[in-house]
Amino acid sequence: MTAQTQIIIGMSTCNIAAGAQDVLHLIENRVAADGLDARVSVMGCLGMCYCEPQVKVIDPDGTAHVYTRVTPRRMERILADHVAGGQPRQPWIANFREGAEHDLMDKQQRIVLGNCGHVNPDDINDYIAREGYQALEKVLAQNDPEALIEEVQNSGLRGRGGAGFSTGLKWRFARNNRGDKNYVICNADEGDPGAFMDRTTLESDPHLVLEGMAIGAFAVGADEAYIYCRAEYPMAIARLERAIAQAEERGYLGQGILGTDFSFRVHVKEGAGAFVCGEETALIASIEGQRGMPRSRPPFPAEAGLFGKPTTINNVETWSNIPWIVRNGAAAFGALGTEKSKGTKVFALAGKIKHGGLVEVPMGITLHEIIHEIGGGTNSGRPVKAVQLGGPSGGCIPAHMFDLRIDYDEVTRTGAIMGSGGMVVMDDTTCMVDVARYFLNFTQLESCGKCTFCRVGTTRMLEILTRICEGEGVPEDIERLEHLAHQVKHTSLCGLGQSAPNPVLTTLRYFRDEYEEHIFAKHCRSGKCRNLCSYEITDNCTGCLICKKDCPVNCIEGARKQKHVIDQDACIRCGVCRDVCKFDAVIVK
Amino acid sequence: MNIDLTQVDAIVARVGTDANLTIPVLQEVQEAFRYIPLEAIERIAATTDMTESQLYGVATFYAQFRLAPVGEQIIKVCHGTACHVGGAEGLTESLETRLGIRNGENTPDMKYTLEAVACVGCCSLAPVVMVGERTFGSLDRRKAAAIVDELEERKDAK
Repeated sequence: MTAQTQIIIGMSTCNIAAGAQDVLHLIENRVAADGLDARVSVMGCLGMCYCEPQVKVIDPDGTAHVYTRVTPRRMERILADHVAGGQPRQPWIANFREGAEHDLMDKQQRIVLGNCGHVNPDDINDYIAREGYQALEKVLAQNDPEALIEEVQNSGLRGRGGAGFSTGLKWRFARNNRGDKNYVICNADEGDPGAFMDRTTLESDPHLVLEGMAIGAFAVGADEAYIYCRAEYPMAIARLERAIAQAEERGYLGQGILGTDFSFRVHVKEGAGAFVCGEETALIASIEGQRGMPRSRPPFPAEAGLFGKPTTINNVETWSNIPWIVRNGAAAFGALGTEKSKGTKVFALAGKIKHGGLVEVPMGITLHEIIHEIGGGTNSGRPVKAVQLGGPSGGCIPAHMFDLRIDYDEVTRTGAIMGSGGMVVMDDTTCMVDVARYFLNFTQLESCGKCTFCRVGTTRMLEILTRICEGEGVPEDIERLEHLAHQVKHTSLCGLGQSAPNPVLTTLRYFRDEYEEHIFAKHCRSGKCRNLCSYEITDNCTGCLICKKDCPVNCIEGARKQKHVIDQDACIRCGVCRDVCKFDAVIVK
Repeated sequence: MNIDLTQVDAIVARVGTDANLTIPVLQEVQEAFRYIPLEAIERIAATTDMTESQLYGVATFYAQFRLAPVGEQIIKVCHGTACHVGGAEGLTESLETRLGIRNGENTPDMKYTLEAVACVGCCSLAPVVMVGERTFGSLDRRKAAAIVDELEERKDAK
């Protein structure tokens, strides 16, 4: 068989949102109509979400070219010039070519995302061709669960869902407690706003997660598993279900796996939208058909979990590390990262960032390297003010601390948490008091209501923050917030309540002057809190009319080439004029 | 309101009657009726091991479930962190003005529902609005309002 050109299009939620579906239609129609000698297939997400949709063209000689920001129109040219004509269209090809990747990839080390963008998630053969299921074969051949747990423990892998508990130790407890029936659960209820690494992993490489779970089940002696996935991720669920069916057909899942007496069945359970279900006991309650409310531990799930049976819960990223550790050994994994945080971590870069998407980096890398060298700084061109790490349970780290080395303990020292790895970058147009209010609004809505301080305390904190943002803050408010924050932290049963005050505490710690400005000077420097600022046009104005045209309430006066003026009575302080001005002529007063 | 209870019975027959199946059963009911009618809860409780209190508790606990009818199209404005930082509040305001309703309400003709949702997971396209399966990214106030114009045109074209 002569080699064919391959056209591989990224079909993940993020690619599709960027318009990949139309590009795929065009490819399929053209390849059929023009009789092009090319094989069309799909891949997941490469992690460079900022320049999607992406199409990879692999020449018959094996050279791969990744085209970015592909529109149907661009695709027509790519098909004509490159696929039919043999001339790659250089200007549209990304610099991160495979084999010779550039800055974006240089600092990355991909264990979890290693296959993302390299396999067709709907084809088990692609996964197998990249060492897939070899780790499972290895552990079944060795048939020594104790040694396997030892290996995972020695690797130093810690839970990637947020708490950072030793995975090997968790497995050890479950194995020691094993009874007639044991369960394994994959937590794919990625509820943190700003985190999307689990979605991408499930959509781009579902077999990796399944293999990790099968290995874990063998270690702890479980024969049944649930993957608890957000209903908001329909594509991840569909691909998982196809992957499970394919793996069963090939004998990697199901009865008597690979000729042994190890059996393992996996079910996918759709969540129904509750942030608190990321907490393990709440998640178990939800699978059991109850409201997702946490209960006190002990007993830990390893003793009495799902349906009262010993249960091992890890999240998507944790499970995804397992096959690599088994194939390459604990020592190789332990060689990556810092003393107490081994391996890599996947971060979701979003917010005011130039290269938004997913990055997987060794632990111990600095925030500066992630945000500036990989992420390319802000997309607005404005200075970075802070990064929010760990979602509603995390905190804001100011730009002057970006030499911080990322590992569980270093991050915790700042008052933030590693969390699941969401990183939202903020520039100087972001108000830190408003960010604290935003997260409190989220946790207050998502509190299950079981613990009084979480239920009522977060509500009171939100009221205080709202009033500060509206210009009604009083001098005692900062102290009240701190007081409440500590009480909520110490009197809540689960991680949601214990960490809900973190966004407030970190912003108070690093941006206290902004709180004071809001309360005493009745001023919001970032121009976000409407009652506390006004927008004005300076002499930099060239009279280009752009802000006038874009103003949603038509409150800007001025003719072409004349300095514009904002009618302060009509202005709603939305900031559109500042965003669109190319001459920095709009300032916040 | 009278609903077709045979549809509820069919869902129960398909999904099962175990007490741990509340979420999948309610998800299918919502899929069929686009919300969860109280009559459906009563019917499920009468024909399965699930109780009314358990079903109602679950239906009101999880964000996905709705107990009231919604418009033909739900316009979901993402209020995830990245979208918030990118101006999601402005999009909601702009859509409120365009549709003449408040966030969370239906238009009087029941064509549209405006809803603020937590992260939809397309953070790199923030701020984002979703209508059905379609995602509109990198929006501003003007572009957000224009989505409604586009939806209206599509309707006219049909």
